[in-house]
Amino acid sequence: MKQIAVRILQAFGLVLAVIVLNFLLVHLAPGDAVDSLAGTSGEMSPETTQRLREQYGLDKPVTTQLATYVGNVLQGDLGVSIANNNRPVTEMIAERLWPTVLLSITALAFAVILGVTVGTLAARRPESGFSHSTTVFALIGFSMPVFWTGYLLLTLFSKNLGWLPISGMENLRFDGGWLAKQWDLAKHLLLPALSLGLIYIAAYSRLSRASMLEVLESDYVRTARAKGLGERSVLFKHALRNGIIPIVTVLGLQFGAILSGAILVETVFAWPGVGRLAFEAVVERDTNVLLGVLFLVSLTVIVANLITDVIYRLIDPRIRVSGPTNG
Amino acid sequence: MADPTVFGMEEKSEGFEPSVIDESRLRKPPPKYQGLRMFRRNKAAVFGLILLIVILFITFVLPVIFDGERTERVGGIHLAPGAEGSTTFGTDYLGRDVGRIVMQGGSATLKVAALAALVIVGLGTTIGALAGYYGGWVDNVLMRITEFFQVLPGLLFAIVIVALYGASTTTIVLAIGLIAWPTIARLVRAEFFRQKNLEYVKAARAIGASDARIIFKTIMPNTLPVVIVQSTLVMGSAILFEAGLAFLGLSNPKDLSWGFYIGVNRNYFLSNWWGVTFPGLMIFFTVLSLSLIGDGLQDAVNPKLRGR
Repeated sequence: MKQIAVRILQAFGLVLAVIVLNFLLVHLAPGDAVDSLAGTSGEMSPETTQRLREQYGLDKPVTTQLATYVGNVLQGDLGVSIANNNRPVTEMIAERLWPTVLLSITALAFAVILGVTVGTLAARRPESGFSHSTTVFALIGFSMPVFWTGYLLLTLFSKNLGWLPISGMENLRFDGGWLAKQWDLAKHLLLPALSLGLIYIAAYSRLSRASMLEVLESDYVRTARAKGLGERSVLFKHALRNGIIPIVTVLGLQFGAILSGAILVETVFAWPGVGRLAFEAVVERDTNVLLGVLFLVSLTVIVANLITDVIYRLIDPRIRVSGPTNG
Repeated sequence: MADPTVFGMEEKSEGFEPSVIDESRLRKPPPKYQGLRMFRRNKAAVFGLILLIVILFITFVLPVIFDGERTERVGGIHLAPGAEGSTTFGTDYLGRDVGRIVMQGGSATLKVAALAALVIVGLGTTIGALAGYYGGWVDNVLMRITEFFQVLPGLLFAIVIVALYGASTTTIVLAIGLIAWPTIARLVRAEFFRQKNLEYVKAARAIGASDARIIFKTIMPNTLPVVIVQSTLVMGSAILFEAGLAFLGLSNPKDLSWGFYIGVNRNYFLSNWWGVTFPGLMIFFTVLSLSLIGDGLQDAVNPKLRGR
């Protein structure tokens, strides 16, 4: 319990560090918000820029500005979007949150379920053709840029075969019951989730193959076999419980990478999520929105890591008793 | 080197002349070449190396042979590869030759990736070495910083930096460098922890070598195998990062790098598959070759991990 409390405190420290980093990124960048306003609205007299700086508090000392910024962010105020009539950034992100959550979770589910199953089966016969082909597949999956994978899948399944829709999250002219609507959503979701998940399917199949190879050589697995347990029970009930630990460890850390990848995939598939919002912000040079997305995604990763840490303790009894070793 | 068991002469106890070693009686190759042999025996790694050489040839040698302006219009727009009036790899939405642009677009990507790998290895080894060598509070502080950078969503952080500070080569290299060093730092730290109490380091300390000398001259060379393996893999991910940034338009438009070119062709991909496919294939093969080489080196350096 105490360790978990320490972890929570550490996580809070990380959140603060991200906020400070966000502030520094903007503060150190050439020109401030007033300069960019002056840039978009043409001529501006020195008096006006002076007045605006006072209004935004940009004339105050850096430490005061930092304190104000940290306070605002902690209250959920991420500033306003200059490119969108000063709409609050928090509101814009909240609106786009659900599609990204759905996409990332689906991609992650593909990765864990497919990756672990493939890796486990490959570990059972490490010299079989199947096992070797999973290694090759993992290498290929690692090397494909996600956005390119997206276009390849689109060309094959949407353009050539015509099975799946090309972009967006739903068919706008769709008319039908609730169930049909979910089916439509699933069809839109499949390709983006697969493109986003591919690299992780590859990573997890490789990782779980390696870790299962090790676990399957251990004494307790031999004992389980000697007891006369069926292969399926040995593999999925006894061995997997230990074999899956490395996966859980990297899962939390890779959440950030998945959400980053979502920016590329959402751009390819016109998926209306936070990633697409970030891309629009890049095009419109909308700093507040970009920083808002960076903060929110970092926050998600920190929370995901915290949850991973707790789960980790639950599945590995050794850690539950002695605490993780440093190293 | 003069270990008799290595040279297989334990029976010859008397009258032993080191200068007349019968080479055919050597039982084992000198350990020096073992790594190289193991790499050579790894067919996948050799394939990766050949692939990389071909890519470097296409990127740096072919453009010299087929010189010419890549932005020049060579025919009609959206002509398929091999179609009448088209080129081998087709033309894009401006009637430019896709093959020529892809051939020349690699140098920018590879340059950024190589520089970024240098930054990553430099930052990672320095921080890892300091943390591992000194331990204690230095390690604590440096590891908290490392954790912080591991939590940051890599590509997104790089996007923010490049969007705020401009898409120059320097910014892109630094952005990629900043997000990818923690892995190397952790590996080097672990190596330093393992090695700092070994005899040879104690010996160096006993003869009065300074900390800096022990870190950089005594221990660092022994972490090189780990670092070299990792840098190959890091190069691969640097290429993917650069491609991702460029795809979103965050690179120098004049370079027309592979990722950037996919980005500009993406609106036409339904009718023009070649504009997106060929630059993507180049990224794919480059990263693949580096992964294969990295895996081969990994096996050569650390045979215990083979097949894992």
